[in-house]
Amino acid sequence: MGDWKSITVPLLSSDSKNIFPYTSERKRSPTSMNSQVLRLSLPSPKNMYSFFGAFCTEENLEQSISYIDRELTTMGFPSIYAEPKGKELNLVCIINCMNELLVLQHKNLRAQEEVEMQHMKLGSDMDHLQNCYAKLKEQLELSKREIVGLQERDRQLQSKNRNLHQLLKNEKDEVQKLQNIISSRATQYNHDMKRKEREYNKLKERLHQLVMNKKDKKLAMEVLNYVGRADGKRGAWRTDKTEARNEEEMYKVLLSDYEQRQKQLLLENAELKKILQQMKKDIISLLPPQKQKPKERSEDGLVLSDQEEDIGELNKENMWELSCETVREQLTNSIRKQWRMLKNHVEKLDNQVSRGHSGAWNEKDVISREDHELETEKLELEIQQCKEMIKTQQQLLQQQLTCDDDTTLLLQDCYLLEERERLQEEWRLFREQKKNFEKERKSFTEAAIRLGLERKAFEEDRGAWLKHQFLSMTADCKPENTTTSAFLKSNLTGVCLLGSDPDVRLVKSASRQRRFPSVLSPAVSPEPFQISQHIAQNSVASEKPTADNMPNLWVESDDKEETEECTKSWEDSGVGPLFRNLHMKQLP
Amino acid sequence: MNFSELFKLSGLLGRFSPDGKCLASSIQHRLVVRDASSLQILQLYTCLDQIQYIEWSSDSLFILCAMYKRGIVQVWSLEQPDWHCKIDEGSAGLVASCWSPDGRHILNTTEFHLRITVWSLCTKSVSYIKYPKACQQGMAFTKDGRYMAVAERRDCKDFISIFVCNNWQLLRHFDTETQDLFGIEWAPNGCVLAAWDTCLEYKVLLYSLDGRLLSSYRAYEWPLGVKSIAWSPSSQFLAIGSFDEKVRILNHVTWKKITEFDHPATISSKKTIVYKEVEKSPTVDTERLTFPPTRALASSLFSTQSKYDISQVPVSLQYIKPVADRANPKVGVGMLAFSADNCFLATKNDNIPNAVWIWDIRKLKLSVVLEQLCTIQGFQWDPCQPRLAVCTGSSRVYLWTPGGCVVVQVPGEGDFQITSISWHCSGDSMLLLSKENFCVCYLEREEV
Repeated sequence: MGDWKSITVPLLSSDSKNIFPYTSERKRSPTSMNSQVLRLSLPSPKNMYSFFGAFCTEENLEQSISYIDRELTTMGFPSIYAEPKGKELNLVCIINCMNELLVLQHKNLRAQEEVEMQHMKLGSDMDHLQNCYAKLKEQLELSKREIVGLQERDRQLQSKNRNLHQLLKNEKDEVQKLQNIISSRATQYNHDMKRKEREYNKLKERLHQLVMNKKDKKLAMEVLNYVGRADGKRGAWRTDKTEARNEEEMYKVLLSDYEQRQKQLLLENAELKKILQQMKKDIISLLPPQKQKPKERSEDGLVLSDQEEDIGELNKENMWELSCETVREQLTNSIRKQWRMLKNHVEKLDNQVSRGHSGAWNEKDVISREDHELETEKLELEIQQCKEMIKTQQQLLQQQLTCDDDTTLLLQDCYLLEERERLQEEWRLFREQKKNFEKERKSFTEAAIRLGLERKAFEEDRGAWLKHQFLSMTADCKPENTTTSAFLKSNLTGVCLLGSDPDVRLVKSASRQRRFPSVLSPAVSPEPFQISQHIAQNSVASEKPTADNMPNLWVESDDKEETEECTKSWEDSGVGPLFRNLHMKQLP
Repeated sequence: MNFSELFKLSGLLGRFSPDGKCLASSIQHRLVVRDASSLQILQLYTCLDQIQYIEWSSDSLFILCAMYKRGIVQVWSLEQPDWHCKIDEGSAGLVASCWSPDGRHILNTTEFHLRITVWSLCTKSVSYIKYPKACQQGMAFTKDGRYMAVAERRDCKDFISIFVCNNWQLLRHFDTETQDLFGIEWAPNGCVLAAWDTCLEYKVLLYSLDGRLLSSYRAYEWPLGVKSIAWSPSSQFLAIGSFDEKVRILNHVTWKKITEFDHPATISSKKTIVYKEVEKSPTVDTERLTFPPTRALASSLFSTQSKYDISQVPVSLQYIKPVADRANPKVGVGMLAFSADNCFLATKNDNIPNAVWIWDIRKLKLSVVLEQLCTIQGFQWDPCQPRLAVCTGSSRVYLWTPGGCVVVQVPGEGDFQITSISWHCSGDSMLLLSKENFCVCYLEREEV
């Protein structure tokens, strides 16, 4: 109704404004009208006619009335005439119509106001949006400009980069060129140098000749008398012999030098060997506690190395005397192995230390200390007890020793006899007890067999009763498929939660697959599969979905017996295997 | 520590005789021989011209005085004061002169390195060695005096000739793989010869006595290379100082580098001791001042004193930025010396001119740095013990031992700028030389 009003009213109002003048003009032709009614109905407002532009005059009163009537009837108002074909006007009706029209007019006005308001609002919204739009447009423009600017900058930088690259390349080329120039200049320089040197040599030669050939009087040595050589020998003639001797001496010098060096090296070697030996000894003495661990032995064949060590140690004395080449490999290998072991050990120690620093070790240490203290206390107690025992024993022994020898023998015999008698008595008693026990056992087994039989019968009874119960229940439920599915759903979820319950599993194992195809109707059959998925999710997820389903359930999962029933009925409907699957899913 | 009075000297020419008994010094063209301990004048010889070089013969019997300007060498005998010998190189000229190890021959290098003339004092024989190379250290004798190596240049290639000093017979002659051989140096054991290339190329070659190339070492390629080289007295190590401010030490077994000593301007290692010389103004006891003041007191008042302080590391040393566009830039390790016991190596980096670096060879680490007030002029190790004497061109002598170091002011008035030091062979005294004076410094023997 409201909708209809809002649509029609503006139409009317607009029509009334536009159409009325039009119609009034068109229908101005004066027609016979009921003057009485007019008088009755419109007694006073004569000036109104003039105001309204004379839609209705005295001449066309009738026509106007009929026109209004027609208009009113088309608009769904009752006719203003009292009778269908009469000329009597129904005043009440007119008033009602007028009222309604007035009401309508008010409504229309209000609606118009509202619409105008809305229009204004929308207009302002529009303005706002336009503003926004403009702003955004500006922003867009700005960012576009920015982008262009950045692109320009990027381009510039790229070009700059390219230029720099070019420059770099040029520089490199230049460097290459310069290097070439340098090298060429160097060669040229060297060449010139050589030329100059040759010239210079020539000059020198010439000078030499000149100086020598001049028979330089000055060039001389004035000596009062020749002195003897420092070693007292005379200068020897230069002969091949002296040359050979020189060579010999030179080699002697070299040889002696090498010998000296070799001696030094030997000394050094000996010292190093000594150190090596010492180190080996130290390592060996360090390592044994570690070797006791069987793991280590099996690890990298250290047993072998140990053996090698032993061998090495055995003929060590000889080994050191041997030249390095023969023993080198063996030596280095053994050293390397030992070193590796030592390294492992040190690393282990380091690890321990680091662990200790990290805190765990400290804790352990504290605990162990406590344990240690407790242990020591215990041990001390034990020691004391032991001491006491020893004391008592000693006392007893001394007492025994203090007794006379004969009497002790006699006493001992008596003791033995007594002991034997006591033992025989005990033996007899024991046999009797055994017999009794066997009797009891027999009767017990018989009773057990009986009990089993009874139990079997009871189980059968119970099964039959349950079957009957369920069949009756399914008969009730059959007409409403949807409800059963819902029931199944809820049941499944409920059961599912209980899936971990061992009872449920036991029950379910009784009878399932056989019944599945027979009981389930084809209309329902697709349902469980869908449900099963649902359940699978639920079972994995949480209890929440079941809580949601709670209000729809007629079975509460709280009570164990009821759920048991549910599961049974549910199983009977043949969704057992699914169920089992669910269990399978939940079990891990 | 006692000091002798100052004696006149010219041309830094003062030498202890090899046997340590005498001390020769020259003043203009006079040669004075004194007793090394009493400093009494034993002999006085007069040469023909101003002496430019003196050298004792190995047996301390003769002294050679060279006068390069005149091309003359005069030899004097200590035993026979009236014995004389004059060698004239004539128009060939003279640029260097030296004794052969036997003390009976004199080797003169003529101008333009035309030849080396070997004059014998025993016979009248003269021998020539042609084509000697004009280089820093082109001639080297083994320590035992048996062999002489000479660098030669023929046909634009470098050669080394090894002579037997006994009879000047050529033993070996071989070419070297060098661009421009710069120097040669025998190992003290006389079996290995180190030869190094010009500073344009870092190259050190090691030759056996019989001419075989034992090894060649090259630390880098392009920058300026070797600047100085020193053998350890045991011949175990060869220290190579180079223009990259580093010392590289080669071993004598594989001839590979053992270690590399850098000379940074800042010393940050806590294990290095840095002794810094600081000036202190003398405290004057006003009560003891006399009028007129004694000369000694006056001189002591005006001469500033100095002492060593131990600087806290890190220490930054005074660093001179080398001029790039000059040849032979003052950069790199230019002085190297092993101590007599092989345990220490003293170096000087030329662009940190005020510091002496003492390296512990046993630990292969920098042990001590001596930072002086003035530029290091020279240092020399005591021939008997690890004791280093340093001079800086001031009137102070600096001594370092592993136990510590000390500054000693040479007493006496006047300017005495010590620019050179030479130890007596016993290590008990040393000769302090300035351009015009010298004095002998006697050290008390601590051990005895």
